[in-house]
Amino acid sequence: MTQTELQAVPFPETDFDVEAVRRDFPILNQEVNGNPLVYLDNAASSQKPVQVIEAVDAYYRLDNANVHRGVHRLSQRATDAYEGARDKVRGFLNAKSDKEIVFVRGATEAINLVAQSFVRPQIKPGDEILISHIEHHANIVPWQMVCEQTGAKLKVIPMTEAGELDLSDFDSLLNERTKILAIGHVSNALGTVNPIKEMIGLAKAKSIPVLVDGAQAVPHLAVDVQDLDCDFYVFSGHKMFAPTGIGALYGKQALLEAMPPWQGGGDMILSVSFSHTEYNTLPYKFEAGTPHIAGAVGLGAAIDYMQAIGIDKLAAYEHHLLEVATAKLEAIDGVRIIGTAKNKASVLSFMIEDVHPHDVGTIFDQQGVAIRAGHHCAQPVMEFYGIAATARASFAFYNTEQEIDALVNAIKTTQELFA
Amino acid sequence: MSDLRDLYQQVIMDHKKNPRNFREITDANHMAHGNNPLCGDALVVYAKLKDGVIEDVSFQGSGCAISVASASLMTEILKGKTMEEAEKLYDNVHKALTGEAGGGELSGKLEVLAGVKEFPARVKCATLSWHTVHAAMDSDHDVSITTE
Repeated sequence: MTQTELQAVPFPETDFDVEAVRRDFPILNQEVNGNPLVYLDNAASSQKPVQVIEAVDAYYRLDNANVHRGVHRLSQRATDAYEGARDKVRGFLNAKSDKEIVFVRGATEAINLVAQSFVRPQIKPGDEILISHIEHHANIVPWQMVCEQTGAKLKVIPMTEAGELDLSDFDSLLNERTKILAIGHVSNALGTVNPIKEMIGLAKAKSIPVLVDGAQAVPHLAVDVQDLDCDFYVFSGHKMFAPTGIGALYGKQALLEAMPPWQGGGDMILSVSFSHTEYNTLPYKFEAGTPHIAGAVGLGAAIDYMQAIGIDKLAAYEHHLLEVATAKLEAIDGVRIIGTAKNKASVLSFMIEDVHPHDVGTIFDQQGVAIRAGHHCAQPVMEFYGIAATARASFAFYNTEQEIDALVNAIKTTQELFA
Repeated sequence: MSDLRDLYQQVIMDHKKNPRNFREITDANHMAHGNNPLCGDALVVYAKLKDGVIEDVSFQGSGCAISVASASLMTEILKGKTMEEAEKLYDNVHKALTGEAGGGELSGKLEVLAGVKEFPARVKCATLSWHTVHAAMDSDHDVSITTE
């Protein structure tokens, strides 16, 4: 599904049943401070369906062993489960081969891997790394580290007041010194869906490699790395209903083949002697040490879960929630929405006039409403707007319109308290 | 909601809306910057000490209601105190809010801060100004401190 289609999907034409979905998420059925939990902090971390919890549980109850040492039955089952999960990730991203899927701890680790193993060895003083103003710190700091290590320069695509990328000078920012374009698919602080396909096209026309940080995209929209033609795509499992501590790096096979290993250890080698070590083939070359097998199994189950409902259906429902919430918040005096891009995922950053976001967070929590208050690991974005923090409500497909009303009530209570 | 009313009671809201001693002391001989990078609260504390007595103390900056009110209350209370008394108060506030052993009850004007204890995520908002003034007293040049 392309980004333009995402907006065009009508609702409520589908047979999406939010109450049935909610029954899959046991954590949602609880009270916080005497009120039903309203979990609107999904962009920070999503909740897990029983299908994921049970897959992890079953793995530990029945199959647990180390992988790739397969002389006994459990090890073979663990290996099958782990590699089966890899193939699910491949299908989820529509990568060509399982060799292109490296399991990592999360998007952050994946970006660091590409920064150190792909970019650092080939970048020289004066070369450039291009990112944007609306990146998460995870897509800023690893590149700053490479710049410090090599004398390269960090260049930044500017942003507009609406929270979109200002691409008017994009073509000149892409030049012969640019060694990589590293760009977020969806902004975690503002919800902006960037026009990455067009951006990748322009970069590729100049043979500039592109990494896409998809941490905020994969929970909301279908991704096809072959269609995008990006060189690297990274994401974290825990934001898409899978366990924490597991994520994936997609890399084009030819690039991964040419890259040196990032970490050394067991599993990433074919043979070791004190005079010479031969590295393992892809993707194991990048998976030193015993991996997070249970996490990978959980990630596979999360992909199954999303695909069983249909990612397009989830996306359409979430978009509907975003539209309803945006309209309701816009109607409240003294509330300002931060990030008004035309194409947004279901993230709603806002300010309540004269109330600090941390006070907002505490007052909401007392009413059972969990939101994020802070800089969202995107301090340059906060600086752009001249604010220290925002309150952010972010929706998943298990949220309801009643929960949007709870959000509105929480805002009104806050305003009354501070009146 | 009753906990909320405890936290955001009238006194706190009054200090938040009309912070006392919210100004620079141009001839301050002690000064420190306090930052809480997690929430972006940032303030500067100025103090003028003479013969071990706090003749004047003030602050500027921005933050949540709890941090601004706590800083405002602090300046009111510290004015006229000796450094020794100020240190004792700092120690007491810190211990009382973090639940560390040896902390007494918060009394007088500071009583309103007691509600913060029930909100562990907000304790650092209330202690930021106190950490900052503590750092200012300890040094005769501008220092920066960070809490998280």
